[in-house]
Amino acid sequence: MNKLKFTITCIFACSFSFIINAQINIPGEIRGDFQADFQIYQTDSVIGAPDVPEKFLMNSYLNLVYMKGNFSAGVRYEAYYNALLGYDPRYKGNGIASRWASYKHKDFEITAGNFYEQFGSGILLRSYEDRNLGMDNSIDGVRINYSPYKGIFLKGIAGYHRYFFDKGQGIIRGADAEIHVNSLREKWEEKDLKVILGGSFVSKYQQDKDPIYVLPENVGALAGRLTMVYKKINLFGEYAYKINDPSAVNRQIYKEGQAFFLNASYATKGFSVLAAVKRIDNMNFRSDRNATGNVLQINYLPSLTKPHAYALTGYYPYASQPNGEMAIMGQIAYKIPKKTLIGGDYGADLNVNFSRVHDIQRLAINDTISIGQSGTLGYSSPFTAIGDELFFQDVNLGFGRRMNKNLRLNLEYVYIIYNTDVIEGHEGGMVHAHVGVVDMSLRLKNKHAIRWEIQHLFTDQDKGNWIMGLVEYTIAPKWSFGVQDIFNYGNSDAGKRIHFYLASVAYTHNSSRLAINYGKQREGIVCVGGVCRSVPASNGLSVSITTNF
Amino acid sequence: MKTIQFVIFLLVISLSGIAQEAKNTIPSVTIRTLDGKQINTSELNNDGKPFIISFWATYCKPCVREFTSLMDVYDDWQEETGVKIFAISVDDARTSNNVPAFVSGKGWEFDFYLDTNGDFKRAMNVNLIPHTFIVNGKGEVVWQHTSFAEGGELEMLEVIKGLIEE
Repeated sequence: MNKLKFTITCIFACSFSFIINAQINIPGEIRGDFQADFQIYQTDSVIGAPDVPEKFLMNSYLNLVYMKGNFSAGVRYEAYYNALLGYDPRYKGNGIASRWASYKHKDFEITAGNFYEQFGSGILLRSYEDRNLGMDNSIDGVRINYSPYKGIFLKGIAGYHRYFFDKGQGIIRGADAEIHVNSLREKWEEKDLKVILGGSFVSKYQQDKDPIYVLPENVGALAGRLTMVYKKINLFGEYAYKINDPSAVNRQIYKEGQAFFLNASYATKGFSVLAAVKRIDNMNFRSDRNATGNVLQINYLPSLTKPHAYALTGYYPYASQPNGEMAIMGQIAYKIPKKTLIGGDYGADLNVNFSRVHDIQRLAINDTISIGQSGTLGYSSPFTAIGDELFFQDVNLGFGRRMNKNLRLNLEYVYIIYNTDVIEGHEGGMVHAHVGVVDMSLRLKNKHAIRWEIQHLFTDQDKGNWIMGLVEYTIAPKWSFGVQDIFNYGNSDAGKRIHFYLASVAYTHNSSRLAINYGKQREGIVCVGGVCRSVPASNGLSVSITTNF
Repeated sequence: MKTIQFVIFLLVISLSGIAQEAKNTIPSVTIRTLDGKQINTSELNNDGKPFIISFWATYCKPCVREFTSLMDVYDDWQEETGVKIFAISVDDARTSNNVPAFVSGKGWEFDFYLDTNGDFKRAMNVNLIPHTFIVNGKGEVVWQHTSFAEGGELEMLEVIKGLIEE
């Protein structure tokens, strides 16, 4: 019976759209994008690549968006047969991962269905998608955006989180207001000082079914923010507060949460300096208090460290610690002028960056309760006190220069201190790693170019020293060929001094790209922002297809 | 429920048949200038002349290579064709505060915007960065390319020159 109903509905739907196709010329635009990543796996016990019973795994995504005037609607289809290694296996099978419709009229916009939203810097609410991380916490519900007056922007949202092909248990409600002070009066528009004020409130509701604890079913959180721009000086600060919210991540403590972030920069042509501080205290905020991992997160706590893009400089990435951390970062960038000794004929880029992250200070509430004890207030923490334990430190120097018309040189040096116990959650001690990178590219004739990298990581801890070489030959704009080898020659276990060879070919035609890799990949961590995903070691052929239309 | 979802999906797919042959335009999404002001992407224009929209991020090496190459030729291109480059950073809250300092330190002079939560990126169906669009004087997307290899900017110049001659 169900099958019959299904068939009839399908026939109806298809003929309906066929009639529309044939008779009515509805103007509008359809656009979309498609991505399919698949990999054929070979077991490799030497590098620790596990046996994959399916041998072949695939993730794929299709987005379609229809737009007509003020109306737009979209749908996303996702299929996992099964999810690639390193992705959450709960991404299984296929289905409509999101669908939405939106209507905009002057200063008013309403969205129903799945949407992505961010309040301020996201420390209270951010829903977003990052396929590299297998991360998609879109909210399925209703959103209203309204600008009642020039320079005033209001948002209201309510809904459930996406949870794989289902929805999360908790309801999320939120509102945000932003005032662009300079837009309120015409004579303020041209002032050198620009001020933006913002405030948001987010609350989640989840039933309390806990057999032991009495848990708050409604958890509210507030945030305020300020942006000030004066000529070349840029200042941004945001503070958030959350009421007690015992959860799996904070081990059921009844402490309130706080987050604070302040960033100041001065930027003029060819020179800039930046300083930032951050404090997080018990600020894990999810629509399901029992959730862990990269799911059902309401807020976003980015790490205050530089994201590294080279293979070995990015080998020890930092991930934000939602239960507590204090971080500082400083950075100077300078463009060394042309016609100087170091700048040469074209000028050179110099970049220095420093960041350091510590734990917050945690003090026992009284003599009978141990720090972080479940079912209690957990601990107290003075706002400005820095904890003793170092989580992470990164000092890095970058230098880039065009040597002549065709040759470019990039140098990078990074010194990282990495607290494995805290960042990866298992014993591994403190790793001190020095990494050097030489990256050169040479333009040949007719859009041909060759680029090569040599990287070296030096450490006495963890797996010891690594060296990497890469050669890439490109024919712009379509072809790219590359070979690389990452060699763990310094491993204390002679049997694990492994070469990770990888060969790659990519063909790009306009916005379509086909990339094929064959070889061995190390186990590691992929991080974007404060969110990370572990990637297991693998050996085999991987193919990625992306296109849009 | 599954049936309804599938039917919606079928409908959208088949409706795509009626999408006009006309070229895509710039969707209307809110992005920010580097000093925090909100602007609507449908307002991006270059007074009837072609322009480039390029999606990038401070941590994306090929994006930085692309912009370094474009900056080397930007003055000449502007003189020759009047083209303008709108550089859309998809840096999220971790690095978006660094964008003004980063671009100043590099000495880049494009028109920079922030798309912190990727709304414009999604609306333009961008999968990977760098992703570059060339838009003609009527606001229609006439060319796009993902990834960057040294020399890739030369093809952009050919496309822009073609548009000017039209």
